[in-house]
Amino acid sequence: MKLTDEEIDILAGKAGPVPQQALRHQIKVGEFFGAEDMVPVTQAHLMADTESLGEAGVRWLEGLAAIVDGQRRVRIPTITDPRGTDFANADLLGQTSAMLDLERRAISAFEALGVAMTNTCINYQTIQAPTRNEHVAFGDTGVVIYSNSICGARSNFEGGPSALAAGLTGRTPRYGFHLPEMRRATLRIHVEFTPTSLNGWGALGGVIGRIAGNYWAVPVIEGIEGAPRSDQLKHFGASMASFGSIALFHLAGLTPEAGKLTDVAAPGLPGLRVTRADVDELQRSYHTDDQVDVVVFSAPQLSLFELSDLAGLCDGRRFAVPLLAVTSPQVKPDADRMGYTARIEAAGGKVLSGMCFYQSYAREISEAMGWKRLATNSAKLVNILGGYGYRPMLASMESCVDAAVSGKLART
Amino acid sequence: MNTRIFRARHAMGRTVRGPTLVAKDGFSARYDLDRINGIFSRPSHKLAGQSYVGKILVLDTAKGGVATAWMLHEMQSRGIVPLALVLNSVNPILAQGAALGDVSMLAGFDEDITAAIPNGAKVEVNPEMGLLTVVD
Repeated sequence: MKLTDEEIDILAGKAGPVPQQALRHQIKVGEFFGAEDMVPVTQAHLMADTESLGEAGVRWLEGLAAIVDGQRRVRIPTITDPRGTDFANADLLGQTSAMLDLERRAISAFEALGVAMTNTCINYQTIQAPTRNEHVAFGDTGVVIYSNSICGARSNFEGGPSALAAGLTGRTPRYGFHLPEMRRATLRIHVEFTPTSLNGWGALGGVIGRIAGNYWAVPVIEGIEGAPRSDQLKHFGASMASFGSIALFHLAGLTPEAGKLTDVAAPGLPGLRVTRADVDELQRSYHTDDQVDVVVFSAPQLSLFELSDLAGLCDGRRFAVPLLAVTSPQVKPDADRMGYTARIEAAGGKVLSGMCFYQSYAREISEAMGWKRLATNSAKLVNILGGYGYRPMLASMESCVDAAVSGKLART
Repeated sequence: MNTRIFRARHAMGRTVRGPTLVAKDGFSARYDLDRINGIFSRPSHKLAGQSYVGKILVLDTAKGGVATAWMLHEMQSRGIVPLALVLNSVNPILAQGAALGDVSMLAGFDEDITAAIPNGAKVEVNPEMGLLTVVD
């Protein structure tokens, strides 16, 4: 890779061992993908729940944080994805003191490195959305696909080690979606059905993700009616990224790089149709039981508007099975202040903050709480939880709330 | 001895030899694995129930989220880890994870590598040369 004089100095250790180690990691990844050079980035977003880190990852972080020579703090705003717990409610999830101790150690190490513990996967709704052509180093696939597609920013999937490296060096290898030519569409999808519900948008994203199939695929989607809302596109993108590892899509006539189809698509690009039957089939395929052990709204964290809708559905209800709603530490105080939290919890639900269900030792939660049959309106969550031993079921927010009352999920 | 050699466009890590575990399916450490017991746990995965420990996984593409970037490192620390990863296509997360976790990896071939390599064959992964060789 071509390195600047500053990068050569970092690599030589002139800024200290922490940025040196970070840049070495970035060069290894950059050379793997044939990056020619580094590109400066303005923000980093770091996924590092302790279920993923494990003891080994936390020790690795503590090792970095213990270095006193040179620069050891991040150079650009570097924020965090959800943690592995909500400390105030860990008992409700059956989490152990060992899990919480590991969380505390990780947080302490991140703070020593200058990382801001925002603990959110909806930073584009709550912290600061990136702008068009802004190069960033974001983790959490839902954050990346929204930032790339809806905001027009430029990021690859940056896992925790690489996002931290980007924070420490202020740059990232220039490959993939930092390059304009990689952002052009590779397939056309004509959608014959525009969902209204969040689970419908998530299911549509899942169908397209399965079709597109790999990280380098860029679908351009035609046929969407009206102007989708941020929460709808949040579920759409998060699910597409989860089912297909997709990092960028275009909506013809809607998203910033696709004012018209030909802005992103070459003539003759192969196309496929997606129908309502395809979307319904994906949702039905997850409806494997009528009984429900727990209802979870999470993945991505809920916006204030989603919590408002949920509060409205909870009024006058009494839950027979646990209902968890997970949001960000930025939204939670507003939900408290506006009474949404109280209304959800009056029905027997619980609003959790700063975590995400699947990033919080989901397998151990299942074993500790006896939760297997899980209803949610998140297509991303159902896609993930199968591997954790759950029988996840996808339904509307309304049907999920009804299931929390009766313990049964109605078939549609 | 039947020797066949395949060239990869992307390569990382050290040379290793071992038995393959092959499927035309994806790979995500979070979505697909029981990392405690070292088996594929996602019911719909073509390798569900099979151990990946010490195997050279030959799979189609990287799937899922960003957690694999940490998880390969954590799996390596306990020795419950694949010996190497060989894929038709790879995403940045898997490359970042292999870099941190010191797991050898090859990706990008001129043919479908999951169709070309027999399950259970002994192969050599040589990242320095960018070569995958069937040695047995």
